[in-house]
Amino acid sequence: MKPTTSKGDGGAADTSPDIQMRTGCVSMESAKYVSLKISKTRWRPVSHSSLQQPDIFATGSWDNEDNKVSVWSIGDPGSLGLEDGFEGDPQLICEHKHDGDVLDLQFLDQERIVTVSSTGAVTIFRHHQNSQTVSVSQQWPRAHRYPCDDAPGTGVACSSPEIVTVGEDGRIIVFRADHEGVVRVIENADSSTLHAVTYLRTTEVLTVNSFGQLKLWDLRQQNNSPSQVLSLSGDRVPLYCVDRHPNQQHIVATGGQDGMLCVWDVRQGSMPFSLMEAHSAEMWEVHFHPTNPDHLFTCSEDGSLLHWETASPSERPSFLQGGGSSSMTSRSAMAPAGGNQSIMSAWLCGDPSKSRLETTHMLPSQTLSVNSLDVLGQCLVCGTDGEAIFVNRQVPV
Amino acid sequence: MEEVDVNPTVTNIPAIRHGKHMGFAWGPEDILVYETQFKASGPSLSGPGGSFIHKVRKDEDIHSPILRKLFNESHHIFVGLQTIKEDVPSKSKKPQFVSISRNYRSVIRACMEELQQVAVSTKDTEMATQYGNQVSILLAIELIWNLCEVLFIDAAPAGSLLLHLLDWVRLHNADADEKAKDVLQSDSPAEHHHYWDVVVSYVLQGRLEEARQMLAKQATRQPASRNMYKLMDGLLSKMPFYNPGGTQTLTEFDVKWRNWHEEVDRYLKDNSFSSNYHLELICKILVGDEDALLEQKELLSTWYHFLITRLLYCHPTVKPIELHYYAQSCLTMFLDSRSVQEPLDSILLAAFEFDIYLVIKDCSIVLNNWWFVAHLTDLLDHCKLLHSHNLNFGSNMREFLLIEYASGLFTHHSLWQCAVDYFDHCPELGRACLELQIERVPLDTERKALKVLRICEDRQMSEQVRSICKIMAMRALRNNRLGSALSWSIRAKDAAFATLISERFLQDYCTKGTFSDLDLIDNLGPAMLLSDRLTFLGKYREFHKLYGEKRFKEAAKLLLSLMTAKIAPRSFWMTLLTDALPLLEQKEVIFSADQTYELMYCLEELTSSLDTAAPGADSPMQEQDVEQTKVELLRLSLARNLAMAIVKEGTVDT
Repeated sequence: MKPTTSKGDGGAADTSPDIQMRTGCVSMESAKYVSLKISKTRWRPVSHSSLQQPDIFATGSWDNEDNKVSVWSIGDPGSLGLEDGFEGDPQLICEHKHDGDVLDLQFLDQERIVTVSSTGAVTIFRHHQNSQTVSVSQQWPRAHRYPCDDAPGTGVACSSPEIVTVGEDGRIIVFRADHEGVVRVIENADSSTLHAVTYLRTTEVLTVNSFGQLKLWDLRQQNNSPSQVLSLSGDRVPLYCVDRHPNQQHIVATGGQDGMLCVWDVRQGSMPFSLMEAHSAEMWEVHFHPTNPDHLFTCSEDGSLLHWETASPSERPSFLQGGGSSSMTSRSAMAPAGGNQSIMSAWLCGDPSKSRLETTHMLPSQTLSVNSLDVLGQCLVCGTDGEAIFVNRQVPV
Repeated sequence: MEEVDVNPTVTNIPAIRHGKHMGFAWGPEDILVYETQFKASGPSLSGPGGSFIHKVRKDEDIHSPILRKLFNESHHIFVGLQTIKEDVPSKSKKPQFVSISRNYRSVIRACMEELQQVAVSTKDTEMATQYGNQVSILLAIELIWNLCEVLFIDAAPAGSLLLHLLDWVRLHNADADEKAKDVLQSDSPAEHHHYWDVVVSYVLQGRLEEARQMLAKQATRQPASRNMYKLMDGLLSKMPFYNPGGTQTLTEFDVKWRNWHEEVDRYLKDNSFSSNYHLELICKILVGDEDALLEQKELLSTWYHFLITRLLYCHPTVKPIELHYYAQSCLTMFLDSRSVQEPLDSILLAAFEFDIYLVIKDCSIVLNNWWFVAHLTDLLDHCKLLHSHNLNFGSNMREFLLIEYASGLFTHHSLWQCAVDYFDHCPELGRACLELQIERVPLDTERKALKVLRICEDRQMSEQVRSICKIMAMRALRNNRLGSALSWSIRAKDAAFATLISERFLQDYCTKGTFSDLDLIDNLGPAMLLSDRLTFLGKYREFHKLYGEKRFKEAAKLLLSLMTAKIAPRSFWMTLLTDALPLLEQKEVIFSADQTYELMYCLEELTSSLDTAAPGADSPMQEQDVEQTKVELLRLSLARNLAMAIVKEGTVDT
């Protein structure tokens, strides 16, 4: 059985791979050239109670002789009082040398940043906000390794104080901040490379691998096998990124080598719920908007950054349906018959004629890869192999 | 052999001890240098004499973090330029080319400003001078580029040509503006000791409106000479400027300008300004008096400023083809016998002579990196200004320079990605260069390998794809990551390597009795068809799965087909037959009579081939005994099964 939409499949023609972009390009503030290829960008979390917009982000670099973890400020949005909210370039606050490429980076909390390196090391950096400096606060060198060589780590997920990392060695390692040793190792969790990891629930993590598989791991279970395996049928397209729907934890989005966006329902079936043509090359990251999950963002090796917006059928007047909606095909057989439409996520709306999905390019024509993006509130930041950082403070969500 | 254009510069390698001989090896961008033990007389020993290898590099700029921004930003502009459609007539593309040229220049300017800031703020004097040098190089580059833009790309006709040249001179003479700022910020500008410098500078740059405003300040202080100032103000305001957008023809403008010129000349001749030195000087400048102009060398600062001022007040309708004549004469007039002509002067002169090739050649010699010449040449080529200028090496000049530049980028640790697009737009040799370079990118992580692979796959470089995947697969294999290795060979569609890895899996199975990496083997899907051995591996694993699920009939059928369809390698048949044993020994009949015959046939074929191959060869007696027992056992089981099957089938039939 094959998923309904896939590249090279006979049905590809009517799903029109080139999504008709409705608007040319959403204004992105001009590029900030930083003389380092950026592998990761992440906003510093803001407290949930306040409606604050983020103002600090961290970046990691790769493929440079000296790689760095840097902390940037986009200025305090409140203090400026400019009506257009346009405040110029992000400013570098502080940076720290990083051994090897930064292959993933996450904020553990307001002050601490966790990275995994191509040397296999997992490092916690502390950003001292009083002195505006960064220092290494904890490190597990060679956490990922082969018997006689270093293995690059590839992904990290945090659920403070717990940290989970995956690597090319196919191991899943659980750490605890301020806890010296390793809490748990799942040896041989995967025979191919694990490319990304995310928390599904506090005790469950999800990994994606080079063989087009999603594996669910229950960290309470002591056996070293996944509790569930989902996989792409047909060609085993390697998956490189994964993100979980912020409210409905059973909905998961992934992206991989063919640039397709896959949405999965981990409760049902072992195959993707829908597949959408998105990018013409590797998709490096996918992110649901944390507070407005009808919006999703993806970036790719092809140099593009896409903003996806889906709307529940009821929200739109009927005359708007039809033209302009992008190709989205779903396994309608999987759609629960009847059911309460309003609680169902728009991402899992089975009927393509009812679902509306709009995609917008967020970057002007770009040739080099967009490696990473992060979105929080109305702010989006992304970093590229063209050694540029782009910030957008007015994402329409 | 052709003669060299300039004598090569000598670089001393301080690390080589004095008097020692040196050996070297070429690299793409650097030269490796080492001491040798060479002796002039006696037996010479080859091989290095010291314990160090020194890297000598011509181009330092590529490693400057600030100039990296220049490389990255201009890469973006370059790619944009290449996508301009070929079929549009070149006339209508001119505004596009001019705006691209301006984009390039603004990137240079941005870079220059940042360097200037760093040069000021750095405490290290050595670094400060280095930054200062880079600033002056960029300044010169921008100056040349701007002139080329005016003369070649924009190619303004007589009339507007001078207006563009005036803008060019104004942009690159910031001195006047700085002085003016000083003067205007002082308490009484008219008494400032730079006051007249500013006024004269304005007049020299043809900024007459500003000059008049400045003069008005002086006029109010000297009520006695009010009429004289009024007269000068009138002359300045009346000077005609050509308006390219207007209805006026060039001839009409010329007539008007001549009238004005005669009027100024009249006032000068009847000594209207003789009582005021400065006003008389301005008047002399306005009539284009060469001696008066040359007296202002300090303010003009360069010969090309002198040239433009002279054209402004003597030949405002100068035609492009006449420029070189004035340029040459101004250069000789301006530079007295003592001062030497610098490379920049000859480059600008070449530009005024419309000798594009000389400009590019001289820039290539003087500048220490290829960025400028490569991008400028590419732009000029797009403007169709370089006509089939074939070199006797490489292909054409544009391509030669782009490849040089891109090869330089490729040696850089991180900038290699930019270089790919440059190679892409070199139709003749670009691909070959890329093929050679891309294979040599060090692959530290899978992430990087994936990016390199994408580059190769997008360009159908199947050879390179195979080689990269093989490198990654070998590395995985060395680290005992069979699954990873297999996924790399599947990506490369490398059947031979997939076979090798499948063998390893089977070997592991034979020694351990269990399969490793089940998650992968169970999910091979269509990838299984890549190699026969891989198909066998997948199918064999399927057999085990069926057997585990107690679906014996299906398992038996699959097992048999593995041998009869010749999917299984002969060396593995014995294992397969042994796997059949427990199925033969089941209570119910699983293999039908026909299937049993086939199994027997397989066994006989195997034993006969074994017998003929090497009867009692190297293998020890014990092992042979084990084999023999196995065969006996199998024969027995097969015979029993056959009997049961015949009975059973006979019973069902009746």
